[in-house]
Amino acid sequence: MSTDIEYKKIFGWPESLKHNPTHYCPGCGHSIAHRLVAECLDEMGLREKTIGVPPVGCSVLAYNYFNFDMVEAPHGRALAVATGVKRVHPDKFVLTYQGDGDLAAIGTAETIHAANRGERISTIFINNAIYGMTGGQMAPTTLLGQNATTAPGGRDSRLHGQPIDISSMLAVCGGVVFVERCALTSVKQIRKAKKAIKKSFQCQLDDLGFSLVELLSPCPTNWKVSPKDSWDWVNEEMVKTYPLGVIKDTTGYEDKK
Amino acid sequence: MPSEKMLMNGSQTVGEAAVRAGCRYYFGYPITPQNELPEYLSARMPEVGGTFIQGESEIASINMVLGASVSGARTMTSSSSPGVSLKQEGISYMAGMELPAVIINMMRGGPGLGNIAPSAADYFQATRGGGHGDYRTPVLAPGGGQELVDLTFEAFDLADKYRNPVLILGDGLMGQIMEPVVFPDFIDLKDLPEKDWALRGCKGREARAVFSMILGQKGELYRHNLDLQKKYDRITAEEQRWETKCPENTELIVVAYGSAARIAESAIEELKTEGINAGLFRPISLWPFPLPALRELSKQIPKVAVFELCLGQMVEDVILSVGERSEIYFHGLPGGIIPTPAQVAEFLRSIVKGDGKVGRRIEV
Repeated sequence: MSTDIEYKKIFGWPESLKHNPTHYCPGCGHSIAHRLVAECLDEMGLREKTIGVPPVGCSVLAYNYFNFDMVEAPHGRALAVATGVKRVHPDKFVLTYQGDGDLAAIGTAETIHAANRGERISTIFINNAIYGMTGGQMAPTTLLGQNATTAPGGRDSRLHGQPIDISSMLAVCGGVVFVERCALTSVKQIRKAKKAIKKSFQCQLDDLGFSLVELLSPCPTNWKVSPKDSWDWVNEEMVKTYPLGVIKDTTGYEDKK
Repeated sequence: MPSEKMLMNGSQTVGEAAVRAGCRYYFGYPITPQNELPEYLSARMPEVGGTFIQGESEIASINMVLGASVSGARTMTSSSSPGVSLKQEGISYMAGMELPAVIINMMRGGPGLGNIAPSAADYFQATRGGGHGDYRTPVLAPGGGQELVDLTFEAFDLADKYRNPVLILGDGLMGQIMEPVVFPDFIDLKDLPEKDWALRGCKGREARAVFSMILGQKGELYRHNLDLQKKYDRITAEEQRWETKCPENTELIVVAYGSAARIAESAIEELKTEGINAGLFRPISLWPFPLPALRELSKQIPKVAVFELCLGQMVEDVILSVGERSEIYFHGLPGGIIPTPAQVAEFLRSIVKGDGKVGRRIEV
């Protein structure tokens, strides 16, 4: 007796990711975010026409992991560099992948003005409320009371200012069509994040304007907690300052439930 | 077809020359005294299917240039002294990433905001790298007018040839003066050599990255810098440019570039009537400085008078060129005024008389 078995691939290594081990710490959100970006590019058939711009920060070496063309930018200038790329290649797919220091501190001007011009670019914004690569200094997004090596008693609003909500700031810019904040710390949220990233990519393909997906991302090393506790901290504390959900959506897309 | 003879100011001249040299992407931030350049291109770029963006800052603009350059396009930005200081970050990155671009500096008085009158006080910044790291950028110093056209074409060619940013160093005077110019025909972008390093998406090939951070543990950055140095050595050997106007009876060489050289030329003419025979040596490439040419000339004419629109920057390269064998005199006018030929004539008379009233003897 013989049985014909039909095999169907239901899971695999995304083509948009190289087979390189990453330098990211155990429990870091970057690996998940990289995977989501790669899956979305693959599923939308964009890899071969993508030019990506990584930030300066922990993911500065993203071009060792992403399997598409990439150009490094000076710290904070990713969206200016991406503007130059997109204006030369309007038919290509251009994305930036930036951390909170890059996008919301040193690069605030470049971020806001590229968004306001409505550059046809998709931005993945990794918010882990800390400077990772340099070893745990205060980020623009560090929560009040949160310890950092340059805010040893915890962030104090009088001394350091409030944590900045740049996604909401961007939402008021006319050129911005879609902003959503998700988290990388539960299966449900990760699935939501993937959907948001795809939607952001679609905005660019449909020539609608600028879009951004903010991803609350754990940094157990610099928060000095276990990976498990870092997930809990995102889900219980970080979301109070940075509530999850759609911040702006003028796309007119009907979301598939 | 070349253009008719046209009357344009220096800034507009550079803009039209850039378009005809194949530049279709301009990014810049307004600053006096070069605003006529972005204003001109804001209207001109759309006519030729190009892109003009007024960036939110000089920093953003130079990084847009970086992005357009890595995408394979001919691209430029322009500014004046304080703005060019802000661009140094991007220029350093482009040097490290080996990306071509043309950067115009119509210099004004400094330091800080200074004023908006012409100056040549950015010589050190332009010729010594300007930003951080061990790099050089070719620097072309037009004398104004037609040479602004010719050197703009050359700047784009040099940038592409060496995959390196190239600076054009003018000043507020040159940017504002209207002169008759003739433009060569538009180059055909298809005739330019293929940029096989540019990023256009990885269809049909391996993905690649262009970056300046080189962390390897096996001396990769060390080797990268040695490779860059080899390129700078090649540029030094092959790309020196200068003009000499020294008739047989020349007793004194005036070394000056840009607007200072034109002012000096008027002074030299004036002095002929007094029986003083001065000649002109005009560096056109400030880096690489035409050191051997000046050295040879100074062997025949050992009196060298350096005139600059700053208090002494290029004079250091002149000292390196002619050494202690020559008598070197220096006269510099700080930026922020419009200099006159009479001031240079006084300087040269003073050298001939040996009264030391104007300028000073440089002891090497």
